[in-house]
Amino acid sequence: MSFEIFLQHFSNALSLGSLYALIAIGYTMVYGILRLINFAHGDIFMLGGYFAFYALTTFLMPWWVGFIVAIGITAVLGMSIEKVAYKPLRDSPKVSVLISAIGVSFLIESLGVVVFGGVQKAFPIPDLFGQVIVFGNISIVSVNFFIPAIAFVCLFFLMYLVNFTKTGMAMRALSKDHETARLMAIDVDRIISYTFGLGSLLAAVGGIMWGMKYPQLYPLMGLMPGLKCFIAAVVGGIGNITGAVIGGLVIGFIEIMTVAFMPSLSGYRDAFAFILLIIILLVKPSGLMGENLTEKV
Amino acid sequence: MEREQKKRKILTIAALIFSACLLYLFTIIFDSYQLRIVNLCGIYITLGLSLNLIYGFTGLFSLGHAGFMAVGAYTTALLTMPPELKEMNFFLEPIVPWLANTEWSFLPALMMGGASAALVGFLIGAPVLKLRDDYLAIATLGFAEIIRIIFTNTQSITNGPLGLKGLPPYTSIWWSWGVAFVSILFMVYLFKGSYGRAFIAIREDEVAAETMGINLFRHKILSFTIGSFMAGVGGGLLAHLMGTIDPLMFRFMLTFNILLVVVLGGMGSISGSVISAIVITVLMEYLRFLDGPMNFGLFSINAIPGLRMVIFSIMLMIVILFFQRGLMGNRELSWDFLFRKKKALKDTVEGE
Repeated sequence: MSFEIFLQHFSNALSLGSLYALIAIGYTMVYGILRLINFAHGDIFMLGGYFAFYALTTFLMPWWVGFIVAIGITAVLGMSIEKVAYKPLRDSPKVSVLISAIGVSFLIESLGVVVFGGVQKAFPIPDLFGQVIVFGNISIVSVNFFIPAIAFVCLFFLMYLVNFTKTGMAMRALSKDHETARLMAIDVDRIISYTFGLGSLLAAVGGIMWGMKYPQLYPLMGLMPGLKCFIAAVVGGIGNITGAVIGGLVIGFIEIMTVAFMPSLSGYRDAFAFILLIIILLVKPSGLMGENLTEKV
Repeated sequence: MEREQKKRKILTIAALIFSACLLYLFTIIFDSYQLRIVNLCGIYITLGLSLNLIYGFTGLFSLGHAGFMAVGAYTTALLTMPPELKEMNFFLEPIVPWLANTEWSFLPALMMGGASAALVGFLIGAPVLKLRDDYLAIATLGFAEIIRIIFTNTQSITNGPLGLKGLPPYTSIWWSWGVAFVSILFMVYLFKGSYGRAFIAIREDEVAAETMGINLFRHKILSFTIGSFMAGVGGGLLAHLMGTIDPLMFRFMLTFNILLVVVLGGMGSISGSVISAIVITVLMEYLRFLDGPMNFGLFSINAIPGLRMVIFSIMLMIVILFFQRGLMGNRELSWDFLFRKKKALKDTVEGE
């Protein structure tokens, strides 16, 4: 493999990994606070893409307005899902909430088929993101540069929010202990709602970027990336934002590079993440960056 | 007391004979489409019970059912297909020689399908049953996906994405309901014995169960393996009812349907699973009109494919949000239960 082709694969892997990282953050934040796999997160990602699609095609908004509107709607939707489907089950067994999440995920997917139609839709790519940039022998679509940059900016703001604001401090407190957090006058329900909003917002950013990188939208598009990003969160150490980013990048690189170096394995591409998950769960269940949790009796 | 027991035994046998007669009646009066639904009910009972054994009774939340069904379905199908049919199906790449000339009859093939699913379940269970709740769910779901991806790629064994077509239609009402009855009986006797009680103890409290001297790992893996066996048999029956299988059939959607059966019926209730399997299968077919064009008299709407699944997801959500115990909770529909209800009713009437 020549160096040029390697660079091409590298940029591809970097942008895919950044997308995974953006979605994985949502999983890891929700899991950190509620100990719940938000199964519907992948579908929220799908909705972000579709909302942007309709904003740009049906409502003919300029792309940046359309993107902001789509991200906003998705965030509100993520918060309302929590209110309707997860909040009533806060004191129920863990698995009941998980089943509720699976129900929400199927509801969104099937509603997606009903409302958006099962036919694939082509995402309208704004010119800025669709240019092909040529360096010598390699040509890279500009969106592949934007994705890591935007992911980095999002990550920067998120880190600031979590580590240096009162809301962020409340989130960290909640991830340690709900009861104590409540005693410290933290409005638990509101913080959980914020967390969902923030996670959905990042998922929407991911969905829009995904739409520009792989310009097809279909109602089940969130399923596979959703599962893989949960795996990314587990690999990085669930509840840890940096870990989620590392996990996302690891899975992105493994997928692209394995197929690039061993084309005969390309049919198994979707299995790599699951194999990685099982290895991690067996070798280091707390993930690469996670703390060791002792199971409470 | 003994008379009571005798009475119950007679009632049970009478109920069995009655259901057999009913099934026989169905074969006469129903057309092939309706019979197919009756068949599906039987298969879903087996599948629902198998997931209920793993999740409802032992408390292992596994989402890998579609994978075990795929193993069972493919094994059974490959063993029963006559060699000429295999040659016709595998036109892209010839089938591996050791499978090319096998042609088993249905029962051994079905048992082999169950056994291979159980083997896969055992091999998967050994590493992942250390995990709990949501991690277990994701790991088993991951394995089910891996199985599906392997089946898509092993062209010379499973015919890859093309699937297997024209399978001999062995599954009849007697097969599907026979297997369902055997499963019900098996479950009833399992939970009368020490193994079943140990499973329930594990569901209720692992630590307490362990202190009572229950070997957690051995019982968990036993429950998981038996459940996979039943899922494999169910998959084999399903394959020979449908006549066509391909890897796309065994997506997460299938596991979702079975989970719906268990949740609606009540986790840890055999009769609940049986009732909800029948209700859901019939509803699934009955609600097919939702996917087609509808006429409301004053106005009519075009066909909306997918509306049926919306109803089912809302159903699951309503059950889990408002009726967490499902239809039966963890009670059973036994003769005792029925008599007591009747007696309680009589008492209240007399009291008034």
